[in-house]
Amino acid sequence: MSASDDIWILGIRMTKFGKHPDQDTVDLAAEAATGALADAGVTMADIGVIAAGNLMAANAGIGQQLQKQIGQTGIPVYNVANACATGATALRTAIMAVKAGEVKYGLAVGVEKLSGAGLLGGGGTKKKDADVWTPRGRYGAVAPVDGRIGTEAMPGVFAQIGTEYGHKYGGTSFELFAKISEKNHAHSTLNPLAAYQKKFTLEQIMNDVMIAYPNTRPMCSANCDGAAAAVVCNGETLKSLALQQRKRAVKVSASILTTDPFEDGCQVLPNVNTLTRNAAATAYEQAGIGPSDLDLVELHDCFATAELVHYDNLMLCEKGGAADFFNTGATWRDGSTPVNVSGGLQSKGHPIAATGIANIWEICHHLRGEAGDRQIENAKVGLAHVIGLGSACGVHILEKSAA
Amino acid sequence: MTGQIPLVDYLVLDDGDPHLVAQECTNCSARFFDRRNACASCFASEFSPVAVATEGTLRAFTIVTFAAPGIPTPFVASVVDCDGTQVRANLVNVEPDPEHVRDGMKVRLATYSIGTDSAGTEAIGFGFEPAT
Repeated sequence: MSASDDIWILGIRMTKFGKHPDQDTVDLAAEAATGALADAGVTMADIGVIAAGNLMAANAGIGQQLQKQIGQTGIPVYNVANACATGATALRTAIMAVKAGEVKYGLAVGVEKLSGAGLLGGGGTKKKDADVWTPRGRYGAVAPVDGRIGTEAMPGVFAQIGTEYGHKYGGTSFELFAKISEKNHAHSTLNPLAAYQKKFTLEQIMNDVMIAYPNTRPMCSANCDGAAAAVVCNGETLKSLALQQRKRAVKVSASILTTDPFEDGCQVLPNVNTLTRNAAATAYEQAGIGPSDLDLVELHDCFATAELVHYDNLMLCEKGGAADFFNTGATWRDGSTPVNVSGGLQSKGHPIAATGIANIWEICHHLRGEAGDRQIENAKVGLAHVIGLGSACGVHILEKSAA
Repeated sequence: MTGQIPLVDYLVLDDGDPHLVAQECTNCSARFFDRRNACASCFASEFSPVAVATEGTLRAFTIVTFAAPGIPTPFVASVVDCDGTQVRANLVNVEPDPEHVRDGMKVRLATYSIGTDSAGTEAIGFGFEPAT
């Protein structure tokens, strides 16, 4: 492979996650984007393409709104939407443009405002039954089916994904899932950019408000505001840059996006497993790296039940062995494969479109040796994973610069 | 008009012999509960209706205690493996707590009244209840 085939993250930034009542999506996206540009040592004049996502207002053209806020240069903008994988999709789009040789520098941005959205995001109003039963829609339903034919709300969907893992392999329990949450909340106390930095005891987690068994409130991702952005270039471009830029650049050894292939039952309960496993397998092959080489992992713990299944899907453990793997302490920050040292979506927060770039920022922060109190010592390789239901899965493997 | 109407069109009431119906791909046997232009598995475009087994095994579940406005809680949402066909349904006629809902439990299809509209038609929903 020549240097022109290598992709590098030159600059990256996430905003503080949490409540930002005085900043709108454009303000937050601008803070992340200008931060990433400054981190990269380039300006909007250098950027050849923008890929941007804001899921809750996917039709509003956040990319062009951002240009009007920080620099309108006439370059192409791709506004992307891919559920919770929107940020990773934006990054992947910018990477593809650089890889295709069409641009020298690409900018990817993800932003969301979700503070106060409520646990179910969007909230909504009561759907009323009709005065006269009339079949409607694909299933000829005469009345709303959410709550009558299973649940459409995310806490319950992902709860079933966790209990299904227990059905297949055993070893799961309410307490086990709660312990995963205990870990992530404990990790977040070291992350100043996390929405919440509060440690919970196992008892507190298990006795908190039950949302969808076995997920209690602290076991669900935290809706909040935030943005993240990254500047990418190829190895040929990087060679022309200053030593300081080359030293801090992070290599993208794999950038993969998958969707869910057909399997029996996948249209009844979303199968988040196979597409993650496929993405991971391709990423490991592309990077020439195995799971045991990873110094840290940021994975999509939208619910505590989800984190468990992804240990297995990302092949961090033996197939079917996720519960045992967790019970050894492997995924705590002092374990063999630290997972979600940022606090994860449960504590760092989950501003949807920002998440798929913010998790890469976290990995880069460690690979650059800039993670302060939560630094994973001598981190050289990391993996970032997101999944958007529907489904889309992004996996990126990142490596420390040798410069 | 009086009489009964199913909650969804893939529930067939059949006078005391209620069951679910899937659209089965004639080529690869993949099953779907709504229309497909082509099979998501093999892309063939012919389907035939098949009755889904009315007994099954609990494969995945959650007990929802916090739901969108207007949805009564708690309720048990689940995936039931009906002789190889995965079905999404609530569990009914069972206490909605982890002591009574057990992974792998045997369940069978059950119907219940959702209510009667202003024309006197009763809507019938379905769920799965413990089989033993």
